[in-house]
Amino acid sequence: MSASRSASRITRHPILDSLAGREVAFTFDGRRLSGREGEAVSSALFANGIQVFGHHPKDGAAQGMYCANGQCSQCTLLIDGLPRKSCIEPLREGMVVRSLEGLPVLEDRPAPDVAAPRTVDTQVLILGAGPSGMAAAAELGRAGVRCILVDDKDRLGGKLVLQTHKFFGSVADCHAGTRGTEIAGILAGEIAALDTVTVWLDSIALAVFSDGAVGIRHPEGYRIVRPAHLLVTTGAREQSLSFPGNTLAGVYGAGAFQTLVNRDQVRCAERIFVVGGGNVGLIAAYHALQADMTVVGVAEAMERCGGYQVHADKIARLGVPIHRRHSILAAHGTERVEAVTIAEVDDRFRPLAGTEKTFRVDTVLVAVGLTPVDEFHEKAAAFGLPGWRAGDAEEIAEASAAMFTGRLRGREVARALGAAGDESAGDWAEKAAVLKSPGGRRHPYAAPSSREGVFPVLHCNQEIPCNPCITSCPHGLITTDGHPILGVPHYSEGCGGCLKCVGICPGLAITMVDWRADAKRPTVTVPFELGEWRVAVGAEYVAMDIGGAELGDVVLRKIRKAPGSPRTRLLQLEAPADIANRVAGIRLVDPADVAPEPEPWPVPLPDEAVICRCERVTAGTIRAHLRAGLRDLNELKALTRTGYGSCGGKTCRPLLARLLREEGIPADEVEGLTERPLFAETPLGYFAGKEEA
Amino acid sequence: MSAAWDVVVIGAGSVGTPLAMSLAERGIRVLCVDEHASAGQGNNKSAIGGIRATHSETAKMRLCLHSLEVFRTWEERHGDDISWLQGGYVYVAYDDEVEELLKGMLPRQQAAGLNIDWIGAARMGKLCPGIHPDGLRGGAWSPGDGSASPMQAASAFRRRAAALGADFRFRERVTALETAGGRVTAVVTDRGRHPCGAVVNCAGSFAAELGAMAGLALPVVPDCHEAGVMEPVEHFFDPMIVDIRRAPGSANYYFYQHATGQIVFCITPEPPIVGTDLRETSAFLPLVAPRMVQLYPRLANLKVRRTWRGNYPQTPDGSPILGQAGPENHYVAVGMCGQGFMLGPGVGELLARQIADELDAADREVLADLRLDRSFASEEALK
Repeated sequence: MSASRSASRITRHPILDSLAGREVAFTFDGRRLSGREGEAVSSALFANGIQVFGHHPKDGAAQGMYCANGQCSQCTLLIDGLPRKSCIEPLREGMVVRSLEGLPVLEDRPAPDVAAPRTVDTQVLILGAGPSGMAAAAELGRAGVRCILVDDKDRLGGKLVLQTHKFFGSVADCHAGTRGTEIAGILAGEIAALDTVTVWLDSIALAVFSDGAVGIRHPEGYRIVRPAHLLVTTGAREQSLSFPGNTLAGVYGAGAFQTLVNRDQVRCAERIFVVGGGNVGLIAAYHALQADMTVVGVAEAMERCGGYQVHADKIARLGVPIHRRHSILAAHGTERVEAVTIAEVDDRFRPLAGTEKTFRVDTVLVAVGLTPVDEFHEKAAAFGLPGWRAGDAEEIAEASAAMFTGRLRGREVARALGAAGDESAGDWAEKAAVLKSPGGRRHPYAAPSSREGVFPVLHCNQEIPCNPCITSCPHGLITTDGHPILGVPHYSEGCGGCLKCVGICPGLAITMVDWRADAKRPTVTVPFELGEWRVAVGAEYVAMDIGGAELGDVVLRKIRKAPGSPRTRLLQLEAPADIANRVAGIRLVDPADVAPEPEPWPVPLPDEAVICRCERVTAGTIRAHLRAGLRDLNELKALTRTGYGSCGGKTCRPLLARLLREEGIPADEVEGLTERPLFAETPLGYFAGKEEA
Repeated sequence: MSAAWDVVVIGAGSVGTPLAMSLAERGIRVLCVDEHASAGQGNNKSAIGGIRATHSETAKMRLCLHSLEVFRTWEERHGDDISWLQGGYVYVAYDDEVEELLKGMLPRQQAAGLNIDWIGAARMGKLCPGIHPDGLRGGAWSPGDGSASPMQAASAFRRRAAALGADFRFRERVTALETAGGRVTAVVTDRGRHPCGAVVNCAGSFAAELGAMAGLALPVVPDCHEAGVMEPVEHFFDPMIVDIRRAPGSANYYFYQHATGQIVFCITPEPPIVGTDLRETSAFLPLVAPRMVQLYPRLANLKVRRTWRGNYPQTPDGSPILGQAGPENHYVAVGMCGQGFMLGPGVGELLARQIADELDAADREVLADLRLDRSFASEEALK
């Protein structure tokens, strides 16, 4: 079944370097396998073509990867005899890994090798070392404030380490034009230079307590931190979606996918379908293309993608179909995903009969929005601990905005501690608001008509917070007529053809047309960030316009490195004069590869969707209780176990809210699930420490 | 009686809900009022689910023997899964003091009809595979005791009560009792007024406040205990394990493996944390974990999933206060001392019999032992 997918590694990537790390041997259910030392056990299994990790004790349903972030427990395996979340368990030589069939047997094993719990005081405790947490730590550290920066991963950066694309935002404020992976390194360098900042990696916050303490599981032992201020920069979690087949192995979040593909360089899919046309879904689709996977389509329920237009255009002109006003009806398969069915929806998002389309895929990425991880901030507020938050934990926006709000909040906390003055505070808040813009007005777009000289064509007509093109032009020829960061860029006469703007544009939305050598067959230079091996000099390609409409054939004449942007390639295309100014890219996806099945597959009832994946409770079961008058979700929990599971209701809460809305039950009639620690399950031995000799 | 309700029960928790059921079974028109959104949302859901008749006081043993019967037979009689598991209780002994205390209680417990006896270390090791063997003397073993899910049970009792005609009003808080001529005439809430023939205070942590509305000084003072639940694993031990040794910061602690395979545990802080502040604290896990890991080393690798705090509405002697008190149609079922879940069905049945005038001699003995105007001189040894 899975044997054909062995050695599923990404061996070449246009942006990422190959990973170092020695190969180590381990076993899975007795089979000898190898993986990269230190990578997540789950990733090692994916790399060996194994995606089913066990079966649920309740109904025998296949269990696999879901969050890839240590938050759920879908990926639990028996690792050296103990049930452990495989997505956060580093692979070691000789590990004995077994699939989890039903409940695990608790064996006698040595207790966790940790010291007894100890109390630690600090001025500021920062939870989460992603863009906002790192930026805040740097700001606080520079102001001389002692802080502890905590992250549950083995490296700094949070989701930055997954971002192979160049960042939007402003060059001066948040490294716009630089890739997320590189920004993580820049910020880590700033923090390393500060002796005021203590970094705890592989450390997860478990609870904020009413006595003002924050419990942290540090690899050396449990730490009870007593901070003067708590800064919550825990980012966001991906929202789930209710549809039949939503828990099949191969259905997971776009963030989980990026972890597998970009952090661990696992070739986890051949053919993927993306549900959700926000930035997360669109970027994940692009990351899949960078990893040489086939993106069969993107479904977006609205008329327009919620993500930046340039992100949508970028994949559309590679030939990926974006199904607007479409929603997923079901993922098909017995254990693994085999296909997905979508349908067109009406204004109230109800599927229209007869519009169903089924596509053969092995992976469905759910990218239907993010929810702030703000539990710790809420607890701090409830318990009177001075609490702050920044980045996605405060408000969902781009990582560029997260970096900036992190700095801003860091400055505010420093000021609260009397460690900073109030210089430049005013326009910072304004700038933060700009960077958080989700993308605004779209302006009329028209390709230039000029057929002489050389000039850039800006295939960018939506107001988004982004300015690298403006700062890149040595002659200052690219300007906006509106807001300096948000405004749509315009080009004015005088280009020398240096190509810097083409190379730096995070949206890959700038081309350059050079009519000087041959006015009948001008050269169009387009940016390219997929594998160079996917194109060949001398070959003919279908040229696409800004939004992915076919224009005609062009010939690839040359591949160059982009000036100032080492991983970006520039494709120089010989194009017919009548289309040259409109060419925005070339199609690399074969339409036959992304066509639907001749007939749609039968779709199960929506009630078969799983709402609580930990305890496997279906929408139908919950709906029946609601229709019988149940209004206290805590009673629902008692009767069905919804929310009782390992994830602590993190996954089912938004799905329950949606189900209640569907049933027309007013929010004030409903009693929500009680929120209780721990944030992440932790072995009891961590709270005991080593037995005294 | 002309009142709208024969009886208003204040509190739909561990005690009020089965009481409403017992009343409804007798055709008594009963209204049960609770400030929470559904049954069992106060301290019922904080209970870890242990059900034992193993006490030191005869009255409590009798009440809990009845409760055990209700829990044990519930699913076969009524069909609802309440996660009943007859795993028994063991009180473990590692020193002379505990061994003597436990052995000293056995005659009285056996005389009250409990199936309980002393077992040696070897037997204890078989019942609890992996328990720390060094210094283990054995302990008291009562195989008829068990466990169930408090919330599933509260919900099941509520549904049966409702099916028999009892009415439940949730998100409704009692603000006053109207009295006339030495009788309660109505229960007043933030949402209305309920004329009634009798009223029962089953208000748990808030028993004393409700008692004051009837002019009573009820010696019920809640203190706080913290509990936790772990991830599920295959069943590997049956009984509730109770360790009553004292250690710095705590008195006893206890844990068992629930029907779902999850280990549920609780500790009694010492000195007691008096009050109704049920917010989580950083002290709990570092207090309980070393003791549990020391007693049962393999638990060190089992993950803690959730923790919470609950109230034990304590009385001076560790036994509840039951029966008519104050106005002639005013009853109390309060001061369960953290044992409301295991006492509930027994207490509910007893109070229903008192209200319906069905008491027998044994019932009268229990009510005499647990009346409000007792001396509170003796003390429950197995709190």
